[in-house]
Amino acid sequence: MDETVAEYIRRTVLKIPRDEIKTMLEKWGLLSETQLQTINFRQIKESISQDVVQLCEENSVDIKQAAVLDIIYNHVYPNKRVWCVYQMKKTGEEAEFFDLTDFKKKFKGRLRSALKNVTINFREYEDNAIWIRIAWGTPYTKPNQYKPSYVVYHSQTPYVFISASVLKSNLPLLCQALVLASNYHDIREMELRSHSLNSLKDIVFKRYSQNFQTHYPRPLQERNVAPKSDLRIIQENRNEKERIERVNREVFGDGPQPKLEFAQYKLETMFKSDPQMDVLDKKEPFRCLVKFSSPHLLESLKSLAPAGMADAPISPLLTCIPQKARNYFKIREKKHFFPESFVSP
Amino acid sequence: MAELQPYNKLPALSCAVLLLVGSDGGLQQRLAEAILREKKNFKINIHLAASLPLPPERDHLRPRIDLVAFMIDIKSKYSLKNVEASLAYVDDSFFLGKVCFLVTGVGRVNYCSVEMNAIRNLGEVYCSPVLFCELEVEGSQVATAQRLLRMLEICAGHVPGVSALSFSSLMRNCADD
Repeated sequence: MDETVAEYIRRTVLKIPRDEIKTMLEKWGLLSETQLQTINFRQIKESISQDVVQLCEENSVDIKQAAVLDIIYNHVYPNKRVWCVYQMKKTGEEAEFFDLTDFKKKFKGRLRSALKNVTINFREYEDNAIWIRIAWGTPYTKPNQYKPSYVVYHSQTPYVFISASVLKSNLPLLCQALVLASNYHDIREMELRSHSLNSLKDIVFKRYSQNFQTHYPRPLQERNVAPKSDLRIIQENRNEKERIERVNREVFGDGPQPKLEFAQYKLETMFKSDPQMDVLDKKEPFRCLVKFSSPHLLESLKSLAPAGMADAPISPLLTCIPQKARNYFKIREKKHFFPESFVSP
Repeated sequence: MAELQPYNKLPALSCAVLLLVGSDGGLQQRLAEAILREKKNFKINIHLAASLPLPPERDHLRPRIDLVAFMIDIKSKYSLKNVEASLAYVDDSFFLGKVCFLVTGVGRVNYCSVEMNAIRNLGEVYCSPVLFCELEVEGSQVATAQRLLRMLEICAGHVPGVSALSFSSLMRNCADD
């Protein structure tokens, strides 16, 4: 077995938390049951990885097989990577039957015709998700297994989730291959990025709880609820608090919010100041970038008004994020009648 | 009348009423509970409001308010704006010792969003003492509750010989001399 393969397997095993190593190796299936039993999974990870490498030597594992372990790890821990969402478009209306073998063949063909040194792995999962791992090389160097790109494609939808590696120059080729293999005509990047793959799927597949314009009749028992707090503490603004709760519920819905870490607004609007102050000599757009970051952005926006940190309802620029399925915005001046700026499509 | 008046209602016997005005409801609740836990020999009611003016429909039920404490969270400019807007709805005679500013969240130095100058200015313009506290720390919470309780006692007239007017001595800055 090649030294590089051994080192790669060793490093991949080291990434896995110790309690998960046995399960992942079983899922991997490259080591037999008897071989797995010879490993002591209670020793330190360094030793476990050495044992695994030794057993792989016995089985003569190659790099393509080793890459499968990396896919398994990333499938269980997708939140360690940043995922971008892409949408593919087709001009025809017919829903063609999706042929997985055809897809794989065309995808591999397109990549290999442009770049000889690539490692490509496919793995299908129950929810119709196809995971593709691509390790990129150049015409003169072998593929870099430590900086792979990941693609998650749900064949019944036009959406692709890509976790590009640092080598962004390969992205156009990757997009081309996807479009060709899936029989679409075009692909565009949606301005939607996050660490949480499941949340991105929730947003584009509309799986989160949305606010519907229904009338919530106030149940009578609300008024007869026994006060939980001390009777000597009197809330003066109870009505206002209830209004805030109601508005919040209407805007955000009742269920948990999808998990996003950033919202970025690139402003290209004119600076509006007192004409007498004449701050800017030239009338050009004032470039400004506003970035909101949080471990869980949408939940924190939802709790702003009840916590008394903002007025309810919150600006629609923030609340439109799940509906518009984007968290990177460009705001330009509206050229027509209204003086306020608008959000670009 | 939209303005809060200090003397337009009759006081109740052996009773004192504190009004906390601030945008953070949870913090107000915690402070109110801390005050109620302290030992005192008069009845106390605490009203919590997010802003002024208070809803007029409950005006007839509301007792006379002895002390108004405006809560400003040093981490939130919004809370300062809220307090500044609410100050317009307080009658001038309240500012003779029956108003104080409570600045919370001072333990987290890195997250200060409101400038010290703004707060000092507020205290000077409205001739009212400014108290600093960190309600997330048990010790500071208890100390603040005790201070407010003592101030409330004086404002309600339960301490013979001391009136709310003496609070102006709390505001004298050493640098002024």
